[in-house]
Amino acid sequence: MPNGIGGAPPESYFAMGKPYETDAYNLSQGKRLYAWFGCPACHGDDGRGGAGPSFLDGWWLYGPEIVSIVASVRDGRPHGMPAFRDRMTTEQIWQLAGYVQTIGAYKPKVAAPSRNDDKQTRPAENRGPAKILFDQGPAGFHQDQGPSP
Amino acid sequence: MRAARVLTLWIAAFACGCSGNQSALAPYGAPAMHVEHLIVAIVALCTAIWVAVMLVLGGALWRRRQPVETEIRQSHLASAVSAAVAATVILIAGMTIASFYTTRSIGLPQRGSITITVRAQQWWWQVFYASSATTRGFQTANEIHIPVGQDVHVQLESADVIHSFWVPSLAGKQDLVPGRSNSLLLRAEKPGVYRGQCAEFCGLQHGHMALMVIAEAPADYTRWAASQSADAMPSLAPDAAAGRMAFLARPCAACHTIRGTAAIGNTGPDLTHVGSRQTIAAGLLETTRGSLAAWIADPQTLKPGNNMPIVPLTSAELQDISAYMESLK
Amino acid sequence: MTDLGKAGLADTALSNTELRRALASTWSAQPGLWGALSTVDHKVIGRRYVATAFVFLALGGVLSLLMRLQLSQPEARFIGPDRYNQIFTMHGSNMMFLFAVPVMQAMAVYLVPLMVGTRNIAFPRLNAFSYWIYLAGGLLLWIAFVVDTGPDVGWFAYVPLSGPQYGIGKRADIWAQMITFTELSALAIAVEIVVTVFKQRAPGMSLDRIPLFVWSMLVTSFLIILAMPAIMIASTSLILDRLVGTHFFNPAEGGDVLLWQHLFWFFGHPEVYIIFLPAVGMVSTIVATFTGRPVFGYLAMVMALVATGVLAFGLWVHHMFVAGLPRLGESFFTASSMAIAVPAGLQIFCWLATIWAGKPIFKTPFLFVIGFIVIFVLGGLTGVMVASVPFDTQVHDTYFVVAHFHYVLVGGAVFPLLGAIYYWFPKLTGRMMSEALGRWVFGLIFVGFNLTFFPMHILGLEGMPRRIYTYQPEMPWAGLNMFVSLSAIVLAAGFALFFFDAIRSARWGAVAGANPWGASTLEWATASPPHPYNFAMPPVVSSREPLWADAVTLPVAAGLRVDRREVVITSVVEGTPQAREASVGHSIWPLWAALATTLALIWSIFSPWAVVWGSIPIAVSLIGWFWPKGAPEDES
Repeated sequence: MPNGIGGAPPESYFAMGKPYETDAYNLSQGKRLYAWFGCPACHGDDGRGGAGPSFLDGWWLYGPEIVSIVASVRDGRPHGMPAFRDRMTTEQIWQLAGYVQTIGAYKPKVAAPSRNDDKQTRPAENRGPAKILFDQGPAGFHQDQGPSP
Repeated sequence: MRAARVLTLWIAAFACGCSGNQSALAPYGAPAMHVEHLIVAIVALCTAIWVAVMLVLGGALWRRRQPVETEIRQSHLASAVSAAVAATVILIAGMTIASFYTTRSIGLPQRGSITITVRAQQWWWQVFYASSATTRGFQTANEIHIPVGQDVHVQLESADVIHSFWVPSLAGKQDLVPGRSNSLLLRAEKPGVYRGQCAEFCGLQHGHMALMVIAEAPADYTRWAASQSADAMPSLAPDAAAGRMAFLARPCAACHTIRGTAAIGNTGPDLTHVGSRQTIAAGLLETTRGSLAAWIADPQTLKPGNNMPIVPLTSAELQDISAYMESLK
Repeated sequence: MTDLGKAGLADTALSNTELRRALASTWSAQPGLWGALSTVDHKVIGRRYVATAFVFLALGGVLSLLMRLQLSQPEARFIGPDRYNQIFTMHGSNMMFLFAVPVMQAMAVYLVPLMVGTRNIAFPRLNAFSYWIYLAGGLLLWIAFVVDTGPDVGWFAYVPLSGPQYGIGKRADIWAQMITFTELSALAIAVEIVVTVFKQRAPGMSLDRIPLFVWSMLVTSFLIILAMPAIMIASTSLILDRLVGTHFFNPAEGGDVLLWQHLFWFFGHPEVYIIFLPAVGMVSTIVATFTGRPVFGYLAMVMALVATGVLAFGLWVHHMFVAGLPRLGESFFTASSMAIAVPAGLQIFCWLATIWAGKPIFKTPFLFVIGFIVIFVLGGLTGVMVASVPFDTQVHDTYFVVAHFHYVLVGGAVFPLLGAIYYWFPKLTGRMMSEALGRWVFGLIFVGFNLTFFPMHILGLEGMPRRIYTYQPEMPWAGLNMFVSLSAIVLAAGFALFFFDAIRSARWGAVAGANPWGASTLEWATASPPHPYNFAMPPVVSSREPLWADAVTLPVAAGLRVDRREVVITSVVEGTPQAREASVGHSIWPLWAALATTLALIWSIFSPWAVVWGSIPIAVSLIGWFWPKGAPEDES
């Protein structure tokens, strides 16, 4: 898989069918990594946010594309998001980013993981949690982020 | 019975692998011994029953029949069948009662004087020793030490899916079920290394989820527990010291704990005394510097699908970290 | 309408040849592809079912050879863990759900109407529907396996491994839906058999005159009706947990992991008796024919069948002896699991008494029955061993259990099935299988089976767990594993020879008459293979062995119409005729209904809306199916 990130992912990513966004194995690994690497400490067990921004509301500060999420995880962001490039391998970062994308999904993905065997605090990722919890209304409350690559 | 015992020992002789006994027929613990007696008795009895039925079958097929058969009296056949059924009932009842007695003689786990909590993960064993009068509590992985001749109460929990804790030379198995806390009585009568394995299908690497139970004299056990509860001693060797720095700087510390350092990750096994363990990766490899390096370099080829990723390291870092791991005795 | 038209053309009005011609035209299926898709003839559907089940047997056998290849050497790298987990899950699920139960039911679909002397099974369209649903379920599972989405959670799919968090992707959903398909088809046939046996027997065939095979299928059908709902609930709950986010098996939200095990094994234990009891019936039939006398102790045999069936529901916890349940409860199930050996033993003793008192004829079907007794008794005795809780704590989930259940399933069900195929092949196809090759088949399978599975008892006691894709070189298992893998080749050769002989004999075997074995049951009174209408006139029965009692001429009942399909309805206990019942002719609606159901069930793997939208095509097809045709019913 491509290691370098600059702008949009390379053609091969789309040619392979966006494996980190549509492959059930990668998304479930991402779910495991989300719990294991301390993300719940700032972003909540279910992605509701806290010290860090919420994923569940479907509002992406840096855009919904997977590249932006990968960059956030790898290099960190202002106001407290640490860089994980020395703490996770590149493959793990992509898997985690794919999972984080499903937390704020407005359309359920077939490959997205289902509920945890845990206390239930929000709809599962494969139900499109942002869609169920936050109705955008006819015009859309949040600004349009632009088309995905 | 004697022949059966000899046969059992003969089979057990084959069962003694150099990595530890793992055979129900070579018991070294009281629970397993009770079960082995039952096994031998029932197998002997059932073999006799099978041979008897085969003899009757052979007789029925090949008995000398007269050219003009006189009809065998219906009542003779009926009495033979009834007698066989009655014998079946009696033998079955006997085996049932023997089974109940064996369960009773094994006893309840709660009477154990030492409590160890085992928390099964995909695909390794997390072990917690509670603090006692002499030592503070500590965590280890994949290897359990117990004192010889004492009852040990093993509390069984699971972090993810159903596993099964099975050390056949010492006791029968018990499942570790998420949402439940089960208990098992463990007891060794002789010092030795006893191998166990997960016995409930738990995913990709169920086949590589072994554990070691080492029974030692009570004095040795106390010494082991004391050294395990201590923090990791910083090593004097230069490559191990460099390895410690590399360990903390690289992603290793995010998942593993080494008490006494800044590494406090609780995702993977506790590595504070990994060098003192006989095997790594849940019984997959013997703990040597080479195998540590091989595991760290590429865990996915040795145990495909397990949860430790391939962390890219320079060869110097790899050598130093494996030296450091080996030094953590 | 004239009087003649209202009364219809009865068989009394015709001569023998005219009668057969008229019946043939009324009862034959339509020609060509349309006829094949719309037939409701139980013999055509039964043969199709048996052939499909044997295809699944062959596929499952290939999977087992792959497993043995991987296990032949320690730390072998022929098959990786993911594929291996899929392979053993497929092997178990395929053998249990797609071969063992369907083949027994298929034999019943073919044989029971013939044995009770009627012209077609009850609910003929449901019969056709059942086959299409079974085929759809089998294709679903195997196509998923081929595209690497096969289930990998074991044939019993314990949660949480098969649950939403650890069962990744759609693999477990496909398994759960395959369950729905196969249980639906099994339930359908069970209902048909119960009704056929109770209401469509030949006049004079009271309940104590029905053949033992029919009794065993009757008891099996009740087992299916009572056990299948448990697994349908279990698999539905699993799909709901995975798809919709319910918490049936989530301990954190009030569910219970062990609930799955209880539900599954409440079905799973009767399931093995669903597989075994029909084989018992086959053994009784073959023993009677090849010793020349009826089975000793008819009443005892029937009571043993019923007792086995009832007791089968009280054993399920013996699959959960190490799950941490209270000791007192577990001990109860030790007692009940040991107790079921008593009726099974009674049956063995009755067969031995029959053989002792009769004159054995050592033809291939009887050889398989001898093999059955040798192997099944051994397997049953290891069953008594694992019924004991402390014994089980050492051998549960090891190769000892693998050996045990292969001994009882292969010895107890496959051996009688193979014997039954050799026995009934002339009736199904009109040709005999080769007796010489049959002896080779028996020899290879008997020897190969024992060499393959007996060492597994030792491996289990020596500490080798189940469902592992490889093992360490330090363990002392490598030699025995290599021996087992090589012996499996012998076993496979036996099966390959069997398939070869069956396919060859169907075309070029020796032509068989109506009753080549000199047997006593009614199916041998028909032609080989039987005409579409089975019997020119329904036979009247006055003893348990109708063809031995009336060797030359069989009394028959007259008065059925020949211009439309009719069967005789008789009372449940005494078998006195009560009515003439119209029997349905060919219909394409079962196929449409099966396609609509398949669509809805597969769609529901991906979206819960399938239950809503998918029910519309099902409703349409059922409306077409049940649209009244205006035929007058139940004239007496």
